[in-house]
Amino acid sequence: MSEIPQTSSVSKGCFVFKSASKKRKRHVEVGGYLADDSDGSDRFRICQKLWETVQMNTEVIQDQLNKKVLDSLAEFIKKHGLACSSDVWRQRASEIPTAALMLGVNVPDHAMTFRSLCNLLQDSVTPFVVSVHAKECAAVKLLIQKVLEQLMGKGVSVDEEQEDDTSLLQKTQCTISALCQWYKTVSKKCTKVALERTENSTNNDSPQSLPVVVIFKDFEAFNSHVLQDFILICSRYAQELPFVFIFGIATSPSAIQHRLPHSVSSLLCIEVFHSLSCTQHLASVFDKLILNSQFPFKLSSRVIQVLVGIFLYHDFSVQNFVKGLQFSMLEHFNSQPLSVLCCQKQEALLSAKTLSKQNVERIRHLPSFMRYVETQEPQEQVRLLTSDEHVKEVCQKLLKNLHKYHKHYYPILQCLHSLTSSLPKFPLGKHIRELHVSCIEKNLWETEEYDSALQLLRILAKDELVAALRKCAEILKSANTKRMQNVLQQFEDFIGKLEALEGVSSEDSSGNGVISAKMEYQKTDLFQLQKTLLEKESRRTKKMNPFEVLRSQVIEFIDSLVREYLTPAELQPLNEVCYYSSSGVLRQRLNVTPRTSIQAALSHPFYYLQNESLKTNAGTISSAAPDLCIVYKLHLECGRLINLYDWLEAFVTVMSAAEDQDADSEECGKFDSLKHARFIQAVSEMEFLGFVKSTKQKTDHVARLTWGGC
Amino acid sequence: MSVTLQCPGYPEDTLRSLADRLPCRETQLTSLLSLMGQPDQYSYPSIFIYGHRATGKSHVVLSIMKDLELPHASVDCVECVSSGHLFYQVLSAFFGPDAAALLPRCPSLSDFVRLYKQMSSNSPASQTRYIILDRAERMRDMDFSLLPALLRLQELVNDNVTVILLSEIVWEKFRPNTGCFEPLLFNFPDYSKAELVQILSQDHHPSYTPELYASYINILLGVFFSVCRDLRELRHLAVLNFAKFCEPLEKGEARESDIHKLWKNIEPHLQRAMQTVYLREVSSMQWEQQQMDEKEATTLRGLSAHAHIELPYYSKFLLIAAYLASFNPARTDRRFFLKSHGKIRKTNFLKKHEKTSNHLLGPKPFPLDRLLAIFYSVVDSRVAPTASIFSQISSLVTLQLLSQVGHDDQLDSPKYKCAVSLDFIIAISRTVGFDVVKYLYDFL
Repeated sequence: MSEIPQTSSVSKGCFVFKSASKKRKRHVEVGGYLADDSDGSDRFRICQKLWETVQMNTEVIQDQLNKKVLDSLAEFIKKHGLACSSDVWRQRASEIPTAALMLGVNVPDHAMTFRSLCNLLQDSVTPFVVSVHAKECAAVKLLIQKVLEQLMGKGVSVDEEQEDDTSLLQKTQCTISALCQWYKTVSKKCTKVALERTENSTNNDSPQSLPVVVIFKDFEAFNSHVLQDFILICSRYAQELPFVFIFGIATSPSAIQHRLPHSVSSLLCIEVFHSLSCTQHLASVFDKLILNSQFPFKLSSRVIQVLVGIFLYHDFSVQNFVKGLQFSMLEHFNSQPLSVLCCQKQEALLSAKTLSKQNVERIRHLPSFMRYVETQEPQEQVRLLTSDEHVKEVCQKLLKNLHKYHKHYYPILQCLHSLTSSLPKFPLGKHIRELHVSCIEKNLWETEEYDSALQLLRILAKDELVAALRKCAEILKSANTKRMQNVLQQFEDFIGKLEALEGVSSEDSSGNGVISAKMEYQKTDLFQLQKTLLEKESRRTKKMNPFEVLRSQVIEFIDSLVREYLTPAELQPLNEVCYYSSSGVLRQRLNVTPRTSIQAALSHPFYYLQNESLKTNAGTISSAAPDLCIVYKLHLECGRLINLYDWLEAFVTVMSAAEDQDADSEECGKFDSLKHARFIQAVSEMEFLGFVKSTKQKTDHVARLTWGGC
Repeated sequence: MSVTLQCPGYPEDTLRSLADRLPCRETQLTSLLSLMGQPDQYSYPSIFIYGHRATGKSHVVLSIMKDLELPHASVDCVECVSSGHLFYQVLSAFFGPDAAALLPRCPSLSDFVRLYKQMSSNSPASQTRYIILDRAERMRDMDFSLLPALLRLQELVNDNVTVILLSEIVWEKFRPNTGCFEPLLFNFPDYSKAELVQILSQDHHPSYTPELYASYINILLGVFFSVCRDLRELRHLAVLNFAKFCEPLEKGEARESDIHKLWKNIEPHLQRAMQTVYLREVSSMQWEQQQMDEKEATTLRGLSAHAHIELPYYSKFLLIAAYLASFNPARTDRRFFLKSHGKIRKTNFLKKHEKTSNHLLGPKPFPLDRLLAIFYSVVDSRVAPTASIFSQISSLVTLQLLSQVGHDDQLDSPKYKCAVSLDFIIAISRTVGFDVVKYLYDFL
């Protein structure tokens, strides 16, 4: 089983290599494009390397997440392949085993799942796997043709004669009966070979027939008549040809019942398989790529918000999220020359030693570095501003600190999340990404949410607290720096002490249990409850029992950890090296608004054309602008219906205003055919862009399709 | 009964075994045989047999053909995506695949007739040849001249050939408006309950007595007869549930004579089967699985149980807006989505036909502009009209939650309909904290 992800990742690795090499072909240009100095190529190399790790990681994650559902699918198909030969099968011969695979609405992400499903099935179950797309199968004929092409065209490379057979059969009719004939010959050969192969093994008693798997990639998009006919035809041959269908369903299983009438769905033996939800998928990608100290490239809080927002609000597509990550990486390495330092620690230190003069100057101009300089002694300040060598040394030190910061940041973040994620109403967010965003954005401990979270933590019952601390200890075990080990030690001490309290304060802890239980009940008016609890808390401070003393120690300890390690990234010197922060650019590029751009281009041509003569004040119409822009601006002043002649006159007036200021007395009303033609062309361009359309309501009028303006 | 089955020209013992294998269809069998006449006699050119699903039409006809070893070509019209397939199958059944290979690439009817004539002159029919066309209703969608031509094929090819059409619908729905040769109509009536019992009892389990199985079938029909008379389906259900019926017997809790006890055991089970496995909510495989490890008492969730769909945030609002646009009259939009709307009285305000519930009338088409206008007023934050909003609309269409009305190439103002139910939209709007019922005109 472990081989399958490997092979699939090899095949995809091939793809990675391809795309990389394609880019490398353009390398000279790209390097040149980046290089306003010598290290452009370095940055490009680092970026490429990072991207490859991103891609590899996402594929591994996808494989891991899909493994379960794919395995159960393969098991399902195997099971039916076996049942084929048994008696049970014969009794309901016409039922075709069907797997309904729920994939979620993020259709673009399905391709990868289907690819690995195909690979898995072909490797471990049957060579006869066909996958069809709704677009290619508008009619039954085309669907059958597609199935036959994929099955028979490929053949099974068992024999040399195979080739001749298939080519012969291709000449014959494109029907399932032809497929049936072909299948008989091929499967005979296959089983023969399989038997020869497993001659020595024991389980060759029953010649198991290999199922023919047909995967309908996008079930919803298929024409229901096509599907019905295809299923009817296949069920006629089900006895000779063991079909297995897989429906890739984006919405819900009831879609099957909506598409197929009972007479057809009674021919199927449907079982539902659920793949992982896309939000879980995103969470694991997030954990692996963003909440990971090993991955040097970081995103600022705003950028994360943009990317996650696109995911949650628009498409649910993890692939698009990764694409967004890739884009921000490219953008970062392109726009930030200091990103040479954005790599693994050793490499970064090396390149810090060999920083160019220009880059040293750039470091001096980094806001975070300037802030750092200001905190130093005056002597040191002078040295930092004058000596390049010294800057390089300090830079190395700061980089080390930055890496250390990340190494401590993530375990503590995870601890805090595991502590607070079970609190009612999730004061610090349900997902770790929300917590991460608020941590790198501002001082977490100054927020109200953090206060309320701590207060809720202060009333935790003992067993809950111990369980939460245990989880934290688990997380910290994987962190292998010295300070984290210290923290772990302290956590374990607390756990030990809490457990030692067992006998002493049993009634108190039970009292706390009652409180927390009560809190669970009255979730509705939390505010009131909180108030009473706070009162109780204040009252109790007078006579705290040992458990409460210990608990407040624990909370204080956690608070101190947060204050020490979860400082905002922006305060770290040299954070600009690793953090990509221009969320505006990202939003502009990824969440495009074509109509806004068109309108911007038409009303402010200077924005795109960058021609000085086009600079105008608001409200005026420059005659130097392209005809289309003039016509557009004029039409904004009109109502729903536009008189073409008036429009033309206004257009000519604007045109001639520039040409000749003085001669307006004679030629004002007149216009030549050239201007007329230009006007007509501009109007038809407007129509093409969807701003006006011809109307039959009034002669010589066009209707406006957009509103507002002036 | 085999006494009645005396048809000259056919071996008697085959006829007898045939009659045994076709219980409750003796009358149809006799009439068919007498229609066919002796093997070498010319038969009626075309016979149209109709009757509901699983009333034994194809089974009877094909059994006659196979048992009496008559030359025949059986074609399922579903498979014939073009008339060429039909011709190919007929020719290859009568004259072998080599003859069929002589058909040109896109054979026309005259090609078929020519080739048939040529072949039949080489090997003239000693017996009547039969062409059996199953699911003949599909032929109506093919070439309009095909059906009339096949009905009088005997004349056209000048050969002893009979076309038998099998269909679930009546001949009146077939008759082309240009008129055609009237085939002989022949009805297969539905099986009565007693007949169903007789047929189903035939496949009893070898390890139990036929009486027990018959009583089981009686119980089964008692539950299912009111909803399903499809023999195939009933047989399927009988097989699926028999193991459960026998369970008390195997455990030794009951004897074969304790019919009441057995009935009490199986009845609720069958009721459940009617709600699940009969509707294909649960596959038969899962049903059997469930019977085996019943101790866990896991209730299988049917297909329609997973109705929940996860959608991106704005897609949800787009769907809600589409639902509102589909089920509210356009004139009421002012009232719902403008802040300073006047008081509009429901009764005076609307035309007569708008007073009936819009939910009874079904979704109405609406233009894209209206959808977006409602969307922007429904969604709580400011949304830029980005490309992804528009692409979400089209992805809702591919998911068939919306359906596009009219031509696909309407670029100017595409129209849509909302294709989801009220329950679904209420569930969706609950996840985004939007009270959709407040905005629906029907529930005002």
